[in-house]
Amino acid sequence: MPAPFILDRSSVTQVMAWVLAALLPGIAVYVWLFGPGILVTLALATVTALAGEAAMLKARGYPAKPFLLDLSAIVTAWLLALSLPALAPWWLIVTGTLFAIVVAKHLYGGLGQNIFNPAMVGYAVLIVSFPLQMTQWAGPLELTSASLTLEQSATVIFGGDVPKTTLDAVTMATPLDALRTGLLQQLTVDEVMTQPIFGHYGGTGFEWLAAAFLLGGLVLWALRIISWHVPLAFLAGVWLTAGFLHFFDAGRFGAPWFHLFAPSVMLGAFFIATDPVSGATTPRGKLIFGLGAGFLTIVIRTWGGYPDGVAFAILLLNLAVPLIDQYTQPRVYGGARKGKEPQA
Amino acid sequence: MSRELFRFKGGVHPPEHKSESSTHPIHAAPLPRKLVIPLRQHIGQAAKPVVNVGDRVLKGQMIGAADGYISAAVHASSSGVVTAIGLQPVPHISGLPDLCITLETDGRDEWIDHAPLDYRTMAPAELRMQLRDMGLTGLGGAVFPSAVKLDPGTAHHCPTLILNGGECEPWITCDDALMRHHADEILQGVAVMRHLLGSTEILVGIEDNKPEAIAAMQAAAQKVDFAVEVVAVPTIYPGGGAKQMIETLTGKQVPSGKLSTDIGIQVFNVGTAHALARAVHHGEPLISRLVTVTGHVLRRQNFGVLIGTPMHTLITLAGDRDGTTGVLMGGPMMGVPMPNLEVPVVKATNCILVQSNELFPPLPKALPCIRCTRCADVCPAELQPQELFRFAKAGDFGHAQEYHLFDCIECGGCSYVCPSHIPLVDFYRYAKSEIWAREKEKRAADLARERHEFRQFRLEREKKEKAEKLAAKAQAARAQAAQDQTRRAELAAAPAAEGAAPSDADAKKALIAAALARAQAKKAELAPKNTDQLSPDTRREIEEIEARRAKILEQARQPLDTQEKN
Repeated sequence: MPAPFILDRSSVTQVMAWVLAALLPGIAVYVWLFGPGILVTLALATVTALAGEAAMLKARGYPAKPFLLDLSAIVTAWLLALSLPALAPWWLIVTGTLFAIVVAKHLYGGLGQNIFNPAMVGYAVLIVSFPLQMTQWAGPLELTSASLTLEQSATVIFGGDVPKTTLDAVTMATPLDALRTGLLQQLTVDEVMTQPIFGHYGGTGFEWLAAAFLLGGLVLWALRIISWHVPLAFLAGVWLTAGFLHFFDAGRFGAPWFHLFAPSVMLGAFFIATDPVSGATTPRGKLIFGLGAGFLTIVIRTWGGYPDGVAFAILLLNLAVPLIDQYTQPRVYGGARKGKEPQA
Repeated sequence: MSRELFRFKGGVHPPEHKSESSTHPIHAAPLPRKLVIPLRQHIGQAAKPVVNVGDRVLKGQMIGAADGYISAAVHASSSGVVTAIGLQPVPHISGLPDLCITLETDGRDEWIDHAPLDYRTMAPAELRMQLRDMGLTGLGGAVFPSAVKLDPGTAHHCPTLILNGGECEPWITCDDALMRHHADEILQGVAVMRHLLGSTEILVGIEDNKPEAIAAMQAAAQKVDFAVEVVAVPTIYPGGGAKQMIETLTGKQVPSGKLSTDIGIQVFNVGTAHALARAVHHGEPLISRLVTVTGHVLRRQNFGVLIGTPMHTLITLAGDRDGTTGVLMGGPMMGVPMPNLEVPVVKATNCILVQSNELFPPLPKALPCIRCTRCADVCPAELQPQELFRFAKAGDFGHAQEYHLFDCIECGGCSYVCPSHIPLVDFYRYAKSEIWAREKEKRAADLARERHEFRQFRLEREKKEKAEKLAAKAQAARAQAAQDQTRRAELAAAPAAEGAAPSDADAKKALIAAALARAQAKKAELAPKNTDQLSPDTRREIEEIEARRAKILEQARQPLDTQEKN
């Protein structure tokens, strides 16, 4: 038995539990704004993730208990569920979650080994394969005359019959979708923004969701579960890129605050880009990672084929992590840098 | 406190557990029947025995002589008879037995003739040799021979002398107790250090969880005729590490691969200063020290202990309890588990920490690394432990070295905070030992190749020389034959033959020189990047590593398989 003989109280389980806890404000606001459908999605994703995790651990000959209890599969499930439309059909949720856990996590070597953020891989696979189903968003209750009960939501998700009029009444385009469609129709940003879906900063209701994710993220930072580097750099990347474009042509490019207060940016900045496994590890590397992901988010939103770019931006930066880490190694005590003797 | 303090990067705050033992007075441990005195208690060459089995020795008599410059003598801690000279279990991380001298004490505790040293009139080199022969070593844990550290080197003076009373490891309080009760003597030792090193600035760094020690040292500092600044430093582990203490007090970092004396600073533990004072002012060699006995015992306290006292006698003295699960020498962060309790107290023994399941619950099973970089946040060497772990685990030792594995001080902060509970330090020790072993092999191979190449060259040369000799002989014979010819022809042939010989010899010399230069250059090229300029500290570390290599190899490989698969 080697030294040290004492340990701090931290554990992977504790880290993951705090991440889940920090998502709760966001989930609460989600329910308040969009109805309880998200709870069904979260539950289904959780069960699927745990089943997938258990099956893969068994197949790989690993003990199930310590790895199921580390809660990392549930974090993946929740992050994916929160990225999906609230009324996504059950098979979409199951496919995405299984892809995240089985392919993106375990086929890459399991906990700690995945190059890409599993939840974002699941999301990317779904949006590439099922673009139609991925846009069935519930509108905020402020704007829709009716909302679905928990039971009704479950019925929709599991493919049961719900009167089409009810469903049409509750679903609508997301603000990002609306902006994109409007701009494609040659409207200016100001013209698009007159639609009721747009609120003070972001989308009506959506901006509250973004604020709730921000709050959860700040809790994680206060607890030192995450460092400030990635979220701040990510938000700066989004703000600076969007601000730069908006400054030059406010008619064609959305305002930086609007981009910043899309929930996907806050969720991405504080919960997804901060995934330690697939992110950069050095302080400078984290800044580059965040800035790069923020920049690409706006680039993809503006010129890409999808309304939102957070998932693809993070996946692309995941790809660059080994390179970023290699070239941002900090100076060690006594002045030496990587591979070099200290300067005199 | 006017001094501006600096904050070194990293560090952790494990529970301190100091008050358990520091609040009790120091007790002298009774004279044991048997003393086991290892010949290697310090870094460097082991001492050579200078007594025989059956000899009667007196207290303070040298029984092992220093062997070389980096070495220290060992002495009989009490009077008695040498009963054995042979391998005995010792408190070393390798768990391997080492050469020891066993004494059966006679209870008379009879001193050998000894007298104070008049250090002011002695030549510094002579004084240092005396101290080496009195067995003076650092008592902070590294046990480096003090005489070597008291040599200011080519600079001839070391402006800053730091006395380290940090004692940052949890549970240990022997330095605290020493400062509380022997502050004056500690400063007497500092006076000698100052004399040898030519220091003008003297700082005493004490962590602020030891207010009594700080007060005692400040009071003592008022009484000496030189300026001593007693500084309370923040309590943070490993703030008592020499490099960390230097940075806290001066804001300077010791350049990687260099010594603190290169930036004009020398650091000694307070215990070393006390031992130095006993040596100089009383002529007493290093035969005893303070040891904290704490943890799972009834009476946690500090003992004055003779070197060579078996550890179990101290644990019995402190009151052993049921439920003991193990015993560490040192603290919980860097301590070494003891193979058994017959092992003696040595110069490095600052603490005997008795473990139980309540105080030291078994460490949970390790999970894979999630690259959270908490280890990097707390690393006082400012390394990227998660990368070093990845390289060590993969056996990619080249990269591990490139990421400055050898700057790791093995403080254990990374393992302490790791949420995956990975025994990180163990992996670094394993990687270090592997690198060192490989370099040793490579050096041997280089040497063999060099020898082989030189042999080839020599054989060639001898062949050539033989041929030349034969040619010269033939020429001489021809010249002899031509002697009967005209006298002018004879005169012309002779200088030609003579002139050729020396120029041949020159060419050969040049060839040899060129070959040697090539071999030298090749050797330099092949020498690994960050192991050729090792500081003595690192060399010592490597030396230790060597000893425990075989064991660690096994340990480090097993957790790899078991940690993920069970």
